[in-house]
Amino acid sequence: MIAARALFLLLLGAPVLIGAGLTLGTALGWQPGIGRFDLGWQGFAQAVALPGFASSLRLTLITGIGATLGSLAVSVPLGVWLVGKSGAVRFLTPLLAVPHAALAIGLAFLLAPSGWAVRLISPWATGWDLPPAVTTVGDPWGFTLILGLMLKEVPFLVLATLVAAGTRDIAGQMAAGRALGYPPGQVWRLMIWPQLYPALRLPVLIVLGFSLSVVDMALVLGPSNPPVMAMQILRLFGAPDPAMAQPASAMAVILLGVMALSLLAWLAGERAIAGLGRIWLRQGRRGRRGAQLAGPFMAMIGVVLGLGALGALLLWSVATFWRFPNALPSGFSGRLWGSADWLAPALSTLGLALASGTIALCLSLFWLEIEDRTQRRLHLGWLIALPLLLPQIGFLQGLTTGFLWLGLPPGPLAVIWAQLLFVFPYVMIALAGPWRALDPALLATAASLGAGPTRRFFAVKVPMLAAPIATAVAIGIAVSVAQYLAVLLPGAGRVRVLATEAVALASGADRRLAAIMALMQAALPLIGYLLALTLPLWLHRNRRGLRGGAT
Amino acid sequence: MFARLSLTVAPGETVCIMGPSGVGKSSLIAHIGGHLGRGFRSVGSVTLNGVDLLALPAEKRGVGVLFQDAQLFAHLSVGDNLAFGLRAGLRGRVPRQRAVAQALEQAGLAGFEARDPATLSGGQRMRVALMRALLAEPRAMLIDEAFARLDSGLRAEIRGFVLEHIAARKIPALMVSHDDQDALAADRVLQLRP
Repeated sequence: MIAARALFLLLLGAPVLIGAGLTLGTALGWQPGIGRFDLGWQGFAQAVALPGFASSLRLTLITGIGATLGSLAVSVPLGVWLVGKSGAVRFLTPLLAVPHAALAIGLAFLLAPSGWAVRLISPWATGWDLPPAVTTVGDPWGFTLILGLMLKEVPFLVLATLVAAGTRDIAGQMAAGRALGYPPGQVWRLMIWPQLYPALRLPVLIVLGFSLSVVDMALVLGPSNPPVMAMQILRLFGAPDPAMAQPASAMAVILLGVMALSLLAWLAGERAIAGLGRIWLRQGRRGRRGAQLAGPFMAMIGVVLGLGALGALLLWSVATFWRFPNALPSGFSGRLWGSADWLAPALSTLGLALASGTIALCLSLFWLEIEDRTQRRLHLGWLIALPLLLPQIGFLQGLTTGFLWLGLPPGPLAVIWAQLLFVFPYVMIALAGPWRALDPALLATAASLGAGPTRRFFAVKVPMLAAPIATAVAIGIAVSVAQYLAVLLPGAGRVRVLATEAVALASGADRRLAAIMALMQAALPLIGYLLALTLPLWLHRNRRGLRGGAT
Repeated sequence: MFARLSLTVAPGETVCIMGPSGVGKSSLIAHIGGHLGRGFRSVGSVTLNGVDLLALPAEKRGVGVLFQDAQLFAHLSVGDNLAFGLRAGLRGRVPRQRAVAQALEQAGLAGFEARDPATLSGGQRMRVALMRALLAEPRAMLIDEAFARLDSGLRAEIRGFVLEHIAARKIPALMVSHDDQDALAADRVLQLRP
């Protein structure tokens, strides 16, 4: 037990703490690498005095909190629409696999002034022969960034809602509310959703933390000058003058403070809204029955944007020449797929994903099995949540330095370790539920038949949980493929993966090449999900009792 | 499911429907209340005071339901559960609070406003659920095996409490059950056969 705890702390806790600690040290002027030890607050003063600091801060707050509020608001009507639909969970899970960077690039190709959306309606409807002179992608208020974040986070929150609803008698509560005279939408908002919210809190806070510190999407969809804080920090870390690492780290610490304050503000806001809600419902107003169209309508917007982004990527990847107002390219060819160097980054992405996914799975199984055998919880939940709640930029740069000191040079190994910090939590979360839900009577039966703990593990638990295990690995692979900063920083630019290539190319001139990279980045996790769905089905092809557990 | 059924319940009357499991007792309740899931087909009509109920959504039918597990809303206090049920026509914070307090008093639960529903016993939960349903001033009540989960000593007491309150409102009530004691307490009994 103690050894297991130490292992997890060393593998997963230490890197985050070392990374965050070194960032804090650098911010306070402790830079042994370039021989600087002038401790003090001047790093913070420097960061705050940087041109555009206030705008960056404002932009970060608007996009981060805006995207979180928007995603949550949209997830409520979607939840009531999807809650009884049996296929919804299985349909939503693969949507989570779409990497941020690929989605952002597709969305940019769709919504840019010269994007596919404008091309489809020009010139016959708009009269535009040239792209209109408005900023859509990279708008100064970050609206497109908010839209991109929402497109990615809404399915996550809806899925969390449906999973939370799955353990409750929603139909009974809905009937009770309606029997008292409330229309379904009202019952959902006032009666059912508030009961589900405690299970949504961690996902929402993860969304909040992610939206406040997102880098890859901000690079593609966000304004570039001034950019959001996370992007500004990345720029400063990459500045030619190593002394700039001090204000960069200071800004990372400030970002961490911003996130902590936003989190506290969010929790306070929760209480305020709950209080207002109670005052409202004590009045007993039944409200009018609206047409139940909000859910389907939101879903339609999401599907149109998602398919549009995918379509734009597909078209660009095979376009020979695509002049502005034309709705379609003037010619198609697979030439670039044959000549461009996408295979090497795709293979290295896959290799890293398999490595971190497998390690994460082994660690999760180890964790859960240790808990089973000792009949005690490890109580390391914070270890799972910490890397997801902290801003990546706040500890990954420090972590890279820390790895160097420990004799681990930037490269694939450092990248795998860094990715593990983000892959493990999701694999663990995905696996823990089904694992703990396994009927203990089955294991007792196996034990009474003389099967020891090891045989119970390999002969009962693992085969019976093949479907959830496969799904967990697929999730792990998807998380790994989506990593941008965790490759860029610990890889020191030497590890080329689809995410880094796609983001780098997105701002370049060749849309076709960027489209290919983004498509490949989106394809890898989907292939993983497909395998995760089909392999257990094939494995249990003659076992009806184990089918349907493939979610 | 069950064969043709024609039934009229008078105001203030309680009719108990008995029958084996799976015959469709609970489905009948859900059908009348408007809570039947998709995938059910029905023929016939349901009217209440001359109004065709099947044309209305559940929340417009004015039919209160007492469910098997009381279906109190877990995130609200007992008092707020009742306030949620109380009809909106009664305006103002103080009168509404008074109505809730009065209902709790009638249920023998005076001063329970701030309690968490999860801390109540089964009988207390059922009494709160009844009061919540009655505060909405339903024009009819449905009782779906609501007493089955209570232990036998308590069952008679709660049943008496519920039926007494419904009779006092002079509204028709339909109860489904497979407990003979429930049948004895009702004004009329109907056996359903598959």
